[in-house]
Amino acid sequence: VIRWRRRSLTCQELVELVTDYTEGALPPAERRRFERHVAACAGCATYVEQMAAIPPLVRAAAQPSTGLPPEAELSLLHAFRSWHDERR
Amino acid sequence: VPDRPDHVRPHDLATAAALAAGDEAAFADLVRELSPSLVRLARGYVGSHAVAEEIVQDVWVSVFRGITGYEGRASLRTWVHRICARAALRRATSERRSIPFADAFDDGPTVDASRFASVDARDNPRGWSSAPRPWRAQPEDHVLRAEQRAAVSVAVESLPDRQRLVLVMRDVDGFSADEVCEALNLTEGHQRVLLHRARAHVRTRLEEEVGAS
Repeated sequence: VIRWRRRSLTCQELVELVTDYTEGALPPAERRRFERHVAACAGCATYVEQMAAIPPLVRAAAQPSTGLPPEAELSLLHAFRSWHDERR
Repeated sequence: VPDRPDHVRPHDLATAAALAAGDEAAFADLVRELSPSLVRLARGYVGSHAVAEEIVQDVWVSVFRGITGYEGRASLRTWVHRICARAALRRATSERRSIPFADAFDDGPTVDASRFASVDARDNPRGWSSAPRPWRAQPEDHVLRAEQRAAVSVAVESLPDRQRLVLVMRDVDGFSADEVCEALNLTEGHQRVLLHRARAHVRTRLEEEVGAS
């Protein structure tokens, strides 16, 4: 098997691989290529850092969800009870 | 950090057995634990909060009626969210005339090509010509926070349906990749593409907001 030494990633290629990288989906060689580029490129290092900042920001910006209103919960409990009673 | 696989939590089978046995406290606990993320998920499919709550109520009825069908192959919360996603999709399909979630599988670049040098540039082809500037260097950090938050909300709302559903399950409700794939019936690769596009879109909007202020 002939193996070429792969050329390094360009910045434009790297930005499309950030989530594959953070999700652990890159094969080891690709992963090293990604890390080598980020270590040597300030622009991409900033980009990766900003992408990593997104999940907590999305979480912070989300409307809190309180679930079901109490009356809905109550009627569900009634439905659950009668379902169980019917099965007995 | 890769996600942990969607392990069935030890008490999932016990909870399912309790429900099957008519344990009201176990049912009430589960309803309280999972309804917030269920309402959020359903709301991602339908236009109103009230309809989302209705869907979730129906989901819970399906859950206890079908609890003996839970075999512990996915976590209980994944199983419940999958039922919810299906119910919400049915409801959305019947409410809209067009088919929802048929957004084109967009595979264009997530960062505008104008930010990079051309392929035949002598210096650093396809490298940044306009690199992102670090956000932490912004002086008015506390002022920006409210604006950033608003920009993030708007960006999330404007996402195509499936990107938004994946982003919310992953980044708001903290589901693993496996759980999202199972609940929304996506392949691993597709889930990752949707998540990537969603996060990249939010980053771009935020960059514009930070740059504008």
